[in-house]
Amino acid sequence: MSLLDVQNLRVTFPTRNGPVDVVRGVSFNLGRERLGIVGESGSGKSQTGRAILGLTPPPGSARADRLSFDGTDLRPLTPKQWRKLRGKRMSMVMQDPKFSLNPVMAVGKQLMEVLRTHGAGRAAAKQAALEMLEAVQIRDPERVFRAYPHELSGGMGQRVMIAMMLVSEPDLLIADEPTSALDVTIQIEVLRILDRLVSERGMGLIFISHDLRLVSSFCDRVLVMYAGRVVEELKASELDQAKHPYTQGLINCLPAIDEDRHPLPVLDRDGAWAE
Amino acid sequence: MNDHMLSVQNLEVTFVSGLDQVHAVRGVSFDVKPGESYGIVGESGSGKSTVLRAICGLAPTSGGTLRLNGAGIASPRRPEFYRQVQMVFQDPYASLHPRHTIDSVLSEPLAIQGFDRRDERIAQALEDVGLGVGFRFRYPHQLSGGQRQRVAVARALILEPQVILLDEPTSALDASIQAEVLNLLERLRAERGLTYVMVSHDLAVISHMCERLLVMEHGLAVEELTREDLRARRSKTDYTAKLLRASAGYTKEDIPA
Repeated sequence: MSLLDVQNLRVTFPTRNGPVDVVRGVSFNLGRERLGIVGESGSGKSQTGRAILGLTPPPGSARADRLSFDGTDLRPLTPKQWRKLRGKRMSMVMQDPKFSLNPVMAVGKQLMEVLRTHGAGRAAAKQAALEMLEAVQIRDPERVFRAYPHELSGGMGQRVMIAMMLVSEPDLLIADEPTSALDVTIQIEVLRILDRLVSERGMGLIFISHDLRLVSSFCDRVLVMYAGRVVEELKASELDQAKHPYTQGLINCLPAIDEDRHPLPVLDRDGAWAE
Repeated sequence: MNDHMLSVQNLEVTFVSGLDQVHAVRGVSFDVKPGESYGIVGESGSGKSTVLRAICGLAPTSGGTLRLNGAGIASPRRPEFYRQVQMVFQDPYASLHPRHTIDSVLSEPLAIQGFDRRDERIAQALEDVGLGVGFRFRYPHQLSGGQRQRVAVARALILEPQVILLDEPTSALDASIQAEVLNLLERLRAERGLTYVMVSHDLAVISHMCERLLVMEHGLAVEELTREDLRARRSKTDYTAKLLRASAGYTKEDIPA
């Protein structure tokens, strides 16, 4: 049985000109694997991730024909039931640690909060938090445990975020552009941590990114989204055999170190892709 | 001496706040030939943007000499300097005033510099960056990210400068829009013989746009490479090799250098 089953997911926001669907009928299955969701800004990739966690910001609303996580139907859950699930069984890493960590709370306390909320004792929570900081390759976990977010660099902050989301050992992690704010060399280190956790703990990972090249080198499978729809699903290793003109266009318009293409091919958007 | 458009020798930038001193740029030197496109790459905090800001007078220089066309650059910068050197910033959402129309964004530099035929020049500049006069009286919030960056390019071009400093001009844009803006920048350089100094963290963008590049780390110039060196992976330092590996995408384990 798959870990996550999404059928015909739709996310709608009301606007002055009537309701607008930002996600329009997205369906996929996720096993214990790394799934990439790629698209440009406004393609609905982040809203897809949020809807799975029941985090569609009001006044938006999400509907689906089926939305089940490990056999549980997520659609009728009450806020209280959601809170039990979120953080413990499924969690999300956001893009920028600057905006996602509480600035007036020491990092260790924030990490422990996750565990304490889900019923762990104080000493056990501290132990687990320190171990988790070590697992995300933080060299001096005791110091970082006591530090406040502004005392950490971007890469450290993002590792703390990942530690916080993983300390409860979730079965599903949704990572929304987890490395976009980081330098390339740190980016690779953070991905390595995620990779190890997927393979060692058998976690399911949804990796949302605009960076096609990065996703294809990291994930097993890739969904390409355009205007709220999945236009193509591919094995990450077979990205160069993409059939949809949008995917091909996205690959082609990236400059590469070894290529001399002047001018770069640009994407001719076809109105039919959004149909 | 005059075969360099822009010459930077032993540039030092120090930011002082209270007792703290941050040595952001520590003795960086490079020369840019007329019509050349010169890249500066490095990670965040390497001082690459600070170098550009120091050239156009937005960061305090604490040492070194800057020369434009062989002549020393006066501090504070004179209006004539900005006729020759203009800058395009990273984030088009932050670099355009939200309550000024495109028209006032473009007419302000013309008014400051006392240019004539302002109407014509604004129309021409919008035409040159592929927007057209229909955009003239819009506000920034009515434009997409790519269109805003075109306005920022138009603002830099409208004074007909010789040198344009580009600070990560496409890193806030989507991949397909990045291609359009890079093509625009290349076309304008070819048409007008402009000199570019371009800062980016993306080696692929620099390799596409620049003939030579400087790698920076912690405020120091690590090494200077040509595009051919970069493509042949002829890097002399470990740091550049590491950057090159990292930009190739994700690999399971670090290949030992």
